[in-house]
Amino acid sequence: MLNQKKFIVSHAPFWHNGSGITERSYHTMLAALPALLMGFYQYGMPAVGVISLSVSAAMLWELAFNKAAKLPVTVGDGNAAVVGLVLAMLLPATAPWWIVIMGTFLAVVVGKNIFGGIGSNPFNPVAVAVAMMMLSWGGCFDFNQSLVNYELNFPSMVYPLTAVKNFGVSAADAFTVSDLIWGKQIGGIGAGFGLGLIVGGIYLMLRGFIRWEISLSFIAGIILTALLFNTSDPSRYGSPMLHLFSGYTLVAVFFLAPEDSSSPVNFIPMLLYGLTAGVMTVLIRNIGAYADGVIFAILVANLLNPLLDKIRPKTLGHIGKA
Amino acid sequence: MIKRSFFGLTKPRFAYESVNGKSLKPEKISMPRSVTLFCKAPYKGNGLLTIGEKVKTGQKLVLYGDSEGYVISSVTGTVSSVSPYIGDFGKSYTAITISAATQEETEDVFGKDPADISLENAKKYLAFSPGAPALENFSGSDESQIKTIVVCGVDADLLIFTQQYVMSSRSEDISKGISILKRITGAESVVIAIPCNGNAPGSMKNAGAVGGASGAEIREIRSEYPAALPHMIAKEVLGQVVPAGKTWEEIGIGFFSAEAVASVGQAFSSGRIPVSKAVTLIKKDMSKVLIEVRLGTPLRDIFDAFDVKLNEKDRIIIGGPLTGAAVYSEDFPVQPDTDAIMVQDAESVSPVSDYPCINCGECVRICPANIPVNMLVRFCEAGQYQGAADMYDLYACIGCGLCSFVCTAKIPIFQYIRLAKYELERMRLTEEAANA
Repeated sequence: MLNQKKFIVSHAPFWHNGSGITERSYHTMLAALPALLMGFYQYGMPAVGVISLSVSAAMLWELAFNKAAKLPVTVGDGNAAVVGLVLAMLLPATAPWWIVIMGTFLAVVVGKNIFGGIGSNPFNPVAVAVAMMMLSWGGCFDFNQSLVNYELNFPSMVYPLTAVKNFGVSAADAFTVSDLIWGKQIGGIGAGFGLGLIVGGIYLMLRGFIRWEISLSFIAGIILTALLFNTSDPSRYGSPMLHLFSGYTLVAVFFLAPEDSSSPVNFIPMLLYGLTAGVMTVLIRNIGAYADGVIFAILVANLLNPLLDKIRPKTLGHIGKA
Repeated sequence: MIKRSFFGLTKPRFAYESVNGKSLKPEKISMPRSVTLFCKAPYKGNGLLTIGEKVKTGQKLVLYGDSEGYVISSVTGTVSSVSPYIGDFGKSYTAITISAATQEETEDVFGKDPADISLENAKKYLAFSPGAPALENFSGSDESQIKTIVVCGVDADLLIFTQQYVMSSRSEDISKGISILKRITGAESVVIAIPCNGNAPGSMKNAGAVGGASGAEIREIRSEYPAALPHMIAKEVLGQVVPAGKTWEEIGIGFFSAEAVASVGQAFSSGRIPVSKAVTLIKKDMSKVLIEVRLGTPLRDIFDAFDVKLNEKDRIIIGGPLTGAAVYSEDFPVQPDTDAIMVQDAESVSPVSDYPCINCGECVRICPANIPVNMLVRFCEAGQYQGAADMYDLYACIGCGLCSFVCTAKIPIFQYIRLAKYELERMRLTEEAANA
């Protein structure tokens, strides 16, 4: 008996489909690449600098928190890198270094790790960080001001959403839908190139890394609400396409809203969650104080998530409460 | 191993093994030098057996007079040891090892007198026969709760074709078994579940031969896992949903494997208790061999005979890839309910992790019982078993293991669920004992 071979004994099942968190993170980053490359092309090295700093800072914050909290190091799962990357996609290319460091701290530590790390965050970490930064250092998110030194071959060097907010729809008339889709608008590094984001989003949906129900119902929510507003007063409220392809909308649709931990998993809740986020986005943009309401819409939807996810199918052999 | 498909929108499909009307011939191995039989009674010394006692093939061995557990010797030889064995979840057995002699003598347990065919005799002699007929749930009186007997001509787990083989090759024994079971248990109906494969007339014909002769109804079940698990058969074939936390016996359904029924048929028609078991051996490269071995044969003998080389950190699994149980020794024997033996190379052993749930929802979408697994596993991880049962339908779990299979965080979800059920049961028993 002493020379017996030692076998691995574990519980069923003995197969695994091979999916993993790291793989999920890397594919999310891969999906962000088309939009990012366009950002690099348009804004040049400063954009590369912001992205690189953001990704590395996010990973370092994660490591620092792991060490400080004496927890196993979780940098390897790639989640911190994704958070850093998505955060940087929303920043202007000229974002100062301290805002990147601060933003990644807010996202990784405040948004995620203090709630218990991956899977435990009630809100999307990036949305939390961006919301806090927009409230604290709004100037950095004023794209007209941040990107004033850029002269690019765009129809107009104004941020479409602020233009519409302040001067009515006619202010954004210079932008055709195809301009917006092809990224000929100023905005966050990775937020302007609609086509790239859509390609990335479709990739993520097809591969099952994000839930299509959330993204598609989000889009439906935006289009429906924007259409209602647009029909009621076309001179004040932008068209559905303008809302869809400007600001942070598409990043939110494919990278923020479907974030695993802060979104529901059942079918009907996913649809409601996406719709809520879409409706809130347009409501905040059209009636609220902010030019781009996506971030706050996501936070509101995150808030509803636990409640929404209570709507679920009956289990097999369900026995009603006595 | 089935990997995640490139496109993640569709659920993975798990097709059951299909023999497609092929005639399978089991390969036999030489008589084992010793067999080990697990008696369902906790070890209390040698009991009524003495070391060195001579036993015949098919002889019933009772260890302790006060316990109902017994084994049927599968070889002729001498009892060489009686020792305790602790199985999964702390279940205690007594392992009886018998060294085989060269000359085989078979004991006739009962004659061919029709009067011998009774539930009492079946319970007394057939609980340890191949397929392990679940007879203990029947009572002789009219109050017997079980109205429907389901004969499973398909294996519940993937890669296995043991029951399909039995179904196609032993139709006579099965139809005899069915009529006997019907008579002695008083069950109102018998349903034969066979795999649905339209292009294989053979299996249907065989089943037809069985069904026609014994008055059983033949029903096809979907060829996709987990359709052959008892809960799913109850729901999809019989249209009876087993309420969460209840057993299928409680709603009047008894499940027998085709082999168990064949054993009953064979035993009563020959007067001898069958001692050979059909087993699917799944090798490291996933090639499958159908073998026939004596009950109690150590796995080592089987591996030697079929050239299965095992190294450190490989895995031996009794049963299939999704619901089996890993064992730690090559000395583990083939038991009456061992339908498959699977070996996995160390390299293909998939690791589990202690990562938290990331709420990706894969498990929720694949769960055949619609359990909110993402919430359930959080409660189980935290040891909140009662909460898991009250709020998140712990008891609705049918034990298919798919949640762990798809888990992105590689959490051993199925293990947590089993542990939670086990712990709750343990708490309940402790409470009862304290109140008594």
